[in-house]
Amino acid sequence: MTQTVQENLPGSSPPPAHGHHKPTTWKTYFTFCEDHKVIGIQYLVTSFIFYLIGGALAVGVRAELATPQVDVVSRELYNQLFTVHATVMIFLWIVPAGTGAFGNYLLPLMIGARDMAFPKLNAVAFWMIPPAGILLIGSFLVEAPASGWTSYPPLSLVSGQFGEMCWILSLLILGTSSILGAINFSTTILKMRRPGLQLTQMPLFCWAMLAASALMLISTPVLAGAMILLSFDLIVGTNFFNPAGGGEPVVYQHMFWFYSHPAVYIMILPVFGMISDILPVHARKPIFGYKAIAYSSLAISFLGLIVWAHHMFTSGTPPWLRMFFMVATMIIAVPTGIKVFSWVATIWGGKLRLNSAMLFSMGFVSMFVVGGLSGVMVASVPFDIHVHDTYFIVAHLHYVLFGGSVFGLYAGIYHWYPKMTGRMMSELWGKIHFVLTFIGFNLCFMPMHWLGLQGMPRRVAEYDPQFATVNLICSIGSFILAISTIPFVVNAVWCWVKGEKAPSNPWNAISLEWQTESPPIPTNWEGDPPLITDPYAYGLKPGRKAIGAIRGSDLWAAKP
Amino acid sequence: MNIPTTILTLLAGITITLLSLWLGQNNNLLPIAASDNAAGVDSLFNAMLAISVGLFFLVQGLIVIAAIKFRQQPGDESDGPPIHGNIPLEILWTAIPAVLVLGISVYSFEIYNQMGGLDPMDHSAHMKPAAVQVAMQTDAMAGGLLADGTSADPNRPNFAAGVGAKPGQMDPADVTVNVMGLQYAWIFTYPETGSVSGELHIPVGQDVELDITAQDVLHAFWVPQFRLKQDAIPGKTTQLRFVATQPGTYPIVCAELCGSYHGGMRTQVFVHTPEEYEQWKQTQIASGIETEAIAMAPPSDSQSDGEFLEPFAEAMAMDMSPEMMHQMHAGSSHS
Amino acid sequence: MQGSTADTETMMNVAGTTAVDHHADHPDFRIFGLIMFLIAESMIFLGLFAAYLTFRAVSTLPEDQMPELELLLPGINTMILISSSFIIHQAEDSIKENDIKGVQKWFGISALLGIIFLGGQVFEYSNLDFGLTDNIFASTFYLLTGFHGLHVLVGVLTILAVLWRSREEGHYSEESKFGIEAAELYWHFVDVVWIILFILLYLL
Ligand code: HEM
Ligand SMILES: [Cu+2]
Ligand SMILES: [Cu+2]
Repeated sequence: MTQTVQENLPGSSPPPAHGHHKPTTWKTYFTFCEDHKVIGIQYLVTSFIFYLIGGALAVGVRAELATPQVDVVSRELYNQLFTVHATVMIFLWIVPAGTGAFGNYLLPLMIGARDMAFPKLNAVAFWMIPPAGILLIGSFLVEAPASGWTSYPPLSLVSGQFGEMCWILSLLILGTSSILGAINFSTTILKMRRPGLQLTQMPLFCWAMLAASALMLISTPVLAGAMILLSFDLIVGTNFFNPAGGGEPVVYQHMFWFYSHPAVYIMILPVFGMISDILPVHARKPIFGYKAIAYSSLAISFLGLIVWAHHMFTSGTPPWLRMFFMVATMIIAVPTGIKVFSWVATIWGGKLRLNSAMLFSMGFVSMFVVGGLSGVMVASVPFDIHVHDTYFIVAHLHYVLFGGSVFGLYAGIYHWYPKMTGRMMSELWGKIHFVLTFIGFNLCFMPMHWLGLQGMPRRVAEYDPQFATVNLICSIGSFILAISTIPFVVNAVWCWVKGEKAPSNPWNAISLEWQTESPPIPTNWEGDPPLITDPYAYGLKPGRKAIGAIRGSDLWAAKP
Repeated sequence: MNIPTTILTLLAGITITLLSLWLGQNNNLLPIAASDNAAGVDSLFNAMLAISVGLFFLVQGLIVIAAIKFRQQPGDESDGPPIHGNIPLEILWTAIPAVLVLGISVYSFEIYNQMGGLDPMDHSAHMKPAAVQVAMQTDAMAGGLLADGTSADPNRPNFAAGVGAKPGQMDPADVTVNVMGLQYAWIFTYPETGSVSGELHIPVGQDVELDITAQDVLHAFWVPQFRLKQDAIPGKTTQLRFVATQPGTYPIVCAELCGSYHGGMRTQVFVHTPEEYEQWKQTQIASGIETEAIAMAPPSDSQSDGEFLEPFAEAMAMDMSPEMMHQMHAGSSHS
Repeated sequence: MQGSTADTETMMNVAGTTAVDHHADHPDFRIFGLIMFLIAESMIFLGLFAAYLTFRAVSTLPEDQMPELELLLPGINTMILISSSFIIHQAEDSIKENDIKGVQKWFGISALLGIIFLGGQVFEYSNLDFGLTDNIFASTFYLLTGFHGLHVLVGVLTILAVLWRSREEGHYSEESKFGIEAAELYWHFVDVVWIILFILLYLL
């Protein structure tokens, strides 16, 4: 590693002598900056602010649901609350945070590039997000969209033109931003790797981003198509989706879910990748089954494109199609299972540092499993006919999106915070945050399975009084969740300013992003980055078996 | 303790298995089963729950054990063993889930078939053979992603699939009710008597067919105790066919967001004994239509504002004759 | 590289050779990026086409409600667009010989053909006897052709932009020809989409 490599890296002009990169100050984050690290942090902070807003809306929803009657907010406002809540969480928090923030920050550092392939495009993609978010949330000042994040016509055509149009425009902007991001990610991963670094030597996060980018490129445009048609129905008076004029509302559902099922994988794949990169570092053990995890990402990405109608089992979908989509959906559980078991095997026998990043990662695995299992259940058509559009689905989607994506994003923040800021976060507050989140989350969402099975539909402002107690428990859980963000925010903000200075590689990690300063200099490396052919090479000690000589049975023989 | 790990593992495995099997049978998570479809769905759910509980405890157990057993000891800065994988193990944990989901798929398919899911729009029994042929042809052309390609009623062209006749069941249903969802109520029309009501009355033990549609936006007809749900789509007719097995009163819930009073869009289904049903039918014939319709879905306290009643007024104002309802079912796509 | 542990070092193979590549800049990936973008673009059209086909398959509209479409004008328009694709391809050969004049000629003709195409489309619109909101087929017809027309417009503007820039001596050359390639690729894309659209809307 002492040798330097005299070659030109993709994405590098030789380190600029004339300082066209001004030093990064807080002001830089408010500018049209093309540095992928700045953009990554812009994405992260912006999307986190939207997360707090979306969370506040959720508190409104749960406050209303604390009692069976409509008391806290009006019915109209209630529908607006859950509609904007879901849209914000999906399109302004998890998607931009998972792909935009971590993708931008980590990809070039992980593959040894100086920047993304198209830095200017990257900045454009980011700067589309704040206006789209303001448009969506600002619609509350006049009239917010109220037909759910799925916005099915004909309801969406009659529930308020202004709000609906804000929703459509906001989604079109965000979708474009996401497509531009995907162009950048895919080109960067495929073309900008440090010379000599093969695809199968990349950290798994890069594989996951590749799979997610493919989905973003292929499915997001179809959503845009649906939005165009919907806005014509809404504004111009065409009848694409309006049965009153001979239109077909179910076609919208197909177009919407052709995007929105892949979208759930756009939200989870980057997090899968992050977990695959965090667990080995803190377990001090190589990732178990690198290739299986890498290829299962691609399998999920492919299968994710052919299962969309599992959201439409009661929409009058023909039987043979229901059966096809049922089986295809179930098959996704296989690559997903491969990942889960590989993660468990990765930590098994390691030397686990149970810090905040690790706790959230392990929390991710255990919570995601619940969502994956309920996912297989709802994929079964006869059972889904019963639970479709009930609180059982609400439980499922929060176990995968909150227990999955959000836990994973938290893990990522704790893990890469020192890299991003050059400071350490407080472990004590991190652990308090974890415990509160874990308890609040399960209290809030576990009982919802029961509610759905018993007969409570989703998206209702009022419900049968027999469900009052359980709903109250859920609401209390949600308040704990809301409180749980406080220690995190305080910790993150405080430590950014006053935190203990971080060494460049505080976790003793092997992968490339840690082999430079924290935070990295604008060109990422002085000179050229080292070539790391095995980013998971933990545990190779003199006197230990060489990797080639290890046999699988050693896993089980391993005793601490 | 000197118990060998293998024994402990075995014991843990047995415990988890027994626990899952027990929970699979004794979970009480579903409401009572009041239709002939419900038993199949419930056993499917129980099986999936057992498998899920088993896998959940397996993964969860391993994670918790790892967190305790393999946590870093103070002062130990060394790494774990450099194990990169284990091909047989990986094949095993690919194969087992694959087998499991295939098994669940086959089981689901079987239950779905028993429910009549594969034969949702079989109106052939209603029709003369020639009509069936025409229906088949038009519908084969319609193909596509939306329409059910097997059969359709030429008089009501826009059929979409629901849950239909059970395998081998060739006769038309004993009782047919037309169901119309509108913001924010359900209207039930009984072609047999010509009566209209806001609550559903059906006889126990008889084959019931609901032809479901909607007037304005999407709704979904759901009776949790029947384990049946079907979207009501304007301009289309969908079908649910079932036999209610337990007399009683069950909630009918709208499960598809349909506007601000969606949560209030609830009514009831009365499953009558044969005598009660006969009696009810007589009162219907005797008393005409209007009175019953007013009683539909009594709005609860806070809902009685004019906005909520608006659709009712509209529904009341129009001619509620069966012909009229029939046209509404089929014809709203042409308005 | 302080901070990395001793045992990590063994895992890093540092390539000791000097690279052969002596260009100062990394290769230009913009065409690759454009291809990614065009994948996304084709998915919008694919989605709209699929919606159109589904509408046709399931709609209960009587046959006589289907819009009547003349074939002559769109047929000529199709010929125009296809030939413009061949013509713009000539520019590729010209730039390989550093012949900017040739590029300008071929791009000029292509832009002209594109404008004629758009004119033809406007003319067709003004002579149709159905309107945007008449029924679902009328709506899809206008939406698909209009959305494609928008792409033709963008294509024409891109070509004109390249023409504008090519006035500057040395802006484009054998080595630096991204603008030319990109405009051409986009133009081919617009062309292919039109062919599919023409088959679906006019011929089927
Ligand atoms: C084993 C993997 C999974 C399977 C088999 C699965 C299956 C399903 C099915 C069948 C539904 C439709 C249920 C219904 O509406 O009746 C559904 C809903 C949903 N799933 Fe999953 N899922 C899986 C993983 C995920 C993941 C990883 C995510 C996101 C990170 C996710 C997010 C969602 C969301 C958001 C919904 C609800 C959409 C809505 O109606 O609003 N799922 N899932
Ligand atoms: Cu899905
Ligand atoms: Cu409803």
